[in-house]
Amino acid sequence: MTRRNYIPIMLFITAVIGIQLITKFTGTNYYLTQLTMTAYYSLVIIGLCLVMGYAGQISLGHAGFFAIGGYTSAALTTCNLTSLFKNGNSLVKFLSSQGMLIKSQDLYGDPVLYVNPWLAAILAIMLTVAIAFLIGIPVLKLKGHYLAMATLGFGIIIFRIVLATEIFGEADGISEVPGFTLIPGVSVNGNFDNRIINYYIACGIVVIGIILLLNLINSRVGRALRAIHGAEDAANAMGINTSRYKLYTFVISAVFAAVAGIFLTHYNGGIGPSEAGIMKSIRYVAIVAIGGMANMWGALTMGVILNFMSLRGMFGSYDDAVFGAILIIIMLFAPEGLLRLAIWQKFFKKNDSAQ
Amino acid sequence: MTAELFSQYLFAGITYGIIYAIVAIGFNIIYNTTGIINFAQGEFVMLGGMIAISLNTIIPLVPAIALAVVITMIIGALIEIIFIRWLDNPSVLRMIIITIGLSILIREVALHIWGEGVRSLPYFNGNEISSIKILEAQISPQVLWVIGICGIMVTLLSIFFRFTSLGLDMRACSANRLAATLCGINARNMVTFSFMLSAGIGALAGCVMSPITYTQYDCGTGLAIKGFTVAVLGGLGNSMAAVAAGLLLGIIEAFSIGVVPLAFQDAISISILLIILFVRPNGLFGCNETANLKEF
Repeated sequence: MTRRNYIPIMLFITAVIGIQLITKFTGTNYYLTQLTMTAYYSLVIIGLCLVMGYAGQISLGHAGFFAIGGYTSAALTTCNLTSLFKNGNSLVKFLSSQGMLIKSQDLYGDPVLYVNPWLAAILAIMLTVAIAFLIGIPVLKLKGHYLAMATLGFGIIIFRIVLATEIFGEADGISEVPGFTLIPGVSVNGNFDNRIINYYIACGIVVIGIILLLNLINSRVGRALRAIHGAEDAANAMGINTSRYKLYTFVISAVFAAVAGIFLTHYNGGIGPSEAGIMKSIRYVAIVAIGGMANMWGALTMGVILNFMSLRGMFGSYDDAVFGAILIIIMLFAPEGLLRLAIWQKFFKKNDSAQ
Repeated sequence: MTAELFSQYLFAGITYGIIYAIVAIGFNIIYNTTGIINFAQGEFVMLGGMIAISLNTIIPLVPAIALAVVITMIIGALIEIIFIRWLDNPSVLRMIIITIGLSILIREVALHIWGEGVRSLPYFNGNEISSIKILEAQISPQVLWVIGICGIMVTLLSIFFRFTSLGLDMRACSANRLAATLCGINARNMVTFSFMLSAGIGALAGCVMSPITYTQYDCGTGLAIKGFTVAVLGGLGNSMAAVAAGLLLGIIEAFSIGVVPLAFQDAISISILLIILFVRPNGLFGCNETANLKEF
């Protein structure tokens, strides 16, 4: 990581702490709930930014990966294994002896035995990686409209599967997902007492994600990706294994989406099929487009602002319409993103010369 | 499977298949003149149905449908003039995102005008329970209307593109836009016209199918995806192959009802789409050499 990248990260961390202090002193602590959710959505967005902005591939199916992460983790941690344990299922016995299962009691005092969220999260990420590889190998050979439609199709298939499968709760989704205890005493859940710590956990994960991605972008891989975006044939001729780089980027961004899905599911205590819907995928694409495709900080800023406004219900019943309109307006008048309009260009140029 | 059940499924398949084919032709017309896929194509079908239903409360059925088709054509032209005409050589990614945005906007506007409810036009002949016996199967007369009108539309379109001056102009634009412009064809107007034409045929299909499939504000998305599947299956840009591909997909879907749970119905056509994209992206009837020359 170069020194230039430290400054925005420090600014971001300062902003995170600043916002928390502002909400504390103005007595608007409840904003932190939406900010935490926004932070998790931002994780999907920066992952998608890598695929769209740097590798130049569109993905209209990222809500699918979000749902794979969230749903796998939710299904594993809400599945009550007590009866299997009593029947002497050897796998359950083994997991229990390894401390992979958690015992607790439900509302009525009956014993509940469920998979440790850590194990569930690891399994969910492994599943996401496997699916992303399987889908990515054929899909990333496509270009333009075909790529868009194929990823959209993937998203719809995932949506249909969660909507029609009983263990995923069909149209109701999965609720009563237990909290995710990261270290004893620190747990990702929706309790009001844990609001501040959860806010910092979410922002911390975003910061880690950003650092990882910035490192990637400024490495050999990042340069290769930009070459692919510029001219794929030329990159190929220069000896860059374009298909492998595209595939790895796709898988990495799928994992980002899945991690966001896992944490948000534990935080909300549930997940519904709308998280897998097409509109969610399009929303992620919209935010990356508004932020300016190959502009991680732009996407992050816009993602935080728009998701927060949307979660606070500021757009009312026009939520989807607002995103559609923003999408069109940005693509018509500022295809390079809102932060790269000519007006800002002058300001940035001055800054560059100062350095 | 009994002969009765077989022909029953067959007719259901043909009915849906020909509707998919119309949507696919709508995709093809715009793709041929502009090289872009209009993701809002399914919304034209929805708009046609919805406008006709609203108009039918004031005026009789036939004028209501005619007026709905004209209004949808005007909307199609306006979309092209406002959002697409003035863009200089836009990238594919940009066009995809713009047309997706348009489809969301149209859908949301429809939601706020007509609400979430399911609506439908009255049956053109008889009502829900009237039926005709053909090849052992009980067929609603509306099915014959759908097959008939869509069949006539396909025939007229192929005559239009082959023998009329305007149709030939449009084909010239798709073959080579610069050369067409040099021959004195106004290529920009042809693009506007292609949007009007595909909006019009979409709207008419939306009207005739409304009594049997019903119209809802969000029915466009599913139709657009199936229409695109059909367009790819037949080879993008090839309208006559789209008809064959549409009938094929419709019949596959109809016969799969007995095997695959209803909830996974949509997944079938999307799986077909994915397989076709991976294995034969130039379509069942397309040829490799021409496909390599096209830009997707």
